[in-house]
Amino acid sequence: MLELEHFLTVGALLFAIGLLIALSKRNAIAVLMGVELMLNSVNITLLAFSRFAESGRPISGQAFVAFVITVAAAEAAVALALAAAVYRNRDTINVDQIRLLRS
Amino acid sequence: MEGFGVNLAFWTLAVLTLGSAGGVMAARSLFHAVLFLIVAFLGVAGFFVLLSAEFLAMAQVIIYVGAIAVLLLFAVLLTPRADRNNAETAMAAPAVLLAIALAAVVIFVIQDTDWATVTASPELTGAELGDALLSTWILPFQVASVLLTAALVGAIMLIRSSDEEAEDER
Repeated sequence: MLELEHFLTVGALLFAIGLLIALSKRNAIAVLMGVELMLNSVNITLLAFSRFAESGRPISGQAFVAFVITVAAAEAAVALALAAAVYRNRDTINVDQIRLLRS
Repeated sequence: MEGFGVNLAFWTLAVLTLGSAGGVMAARSLFHAVLFLIVAFLGVAGFFVLLSAEFLAMAQVIIYVGAIAVLLLFAVLLTPRADRNNAETAMAAPAVLLAIALAAVVIFVIQDTDWATVTASPELTGAELGDALLSTWILPFQVASVLLTAALVGAIMLIRSSDEEAEDER
């Protein structure tokens, strides 16, 4: 018997793994992978509420997920362009070696 | 939601998705991490199907597996002299503690809350989603298109080399 809680728990665990990757990885591309995992877990949560929660318009949850996917695509394109631009200037994309703001 | 098949699908997808997300963390090569990430995206698409969002599952496969994962692989290939060992920074231990604490708090809240749920599956079709996007959500839909265009133009501007910019000015 599957309930709302099952899907929310999977979403929470996936979010925690994504947060762990985003906070601990050294390569900027790996950090971005963590962010994408977090966005995916949020999408699972939104769709679980759209499917299980009492609501007059359950389709709104799906519309919200469509917007999150769009914004995630835009974010990935800009973040990877930033990584490539930083790499061209500094020959590294390790987030702990890029400290331009620290004199 | 009942039925042996649905339960089997849920637990298989849960193990597959969370396992490959853990693989992204544990992989010792950035390439392997991207491949694990593709499996995790496919598992999330499976969850979308379980939650009766077939259109979004297709969009997930096309956009995440087809576009974002390929973009990530391109980014790995375009940075050949950067580290590819998928190592952690010095902040790894605090990050593990924070992630465990966050998961514990959120799961406690999920179990503790008395959710007002419906048992019957609502009728959610792709046609209805398209209808909602183009009537109720038409303004956010247009804003999202503008955002996507601006982001792609910005990405092209960022990735151009200074030689190309000088060439354009001539």
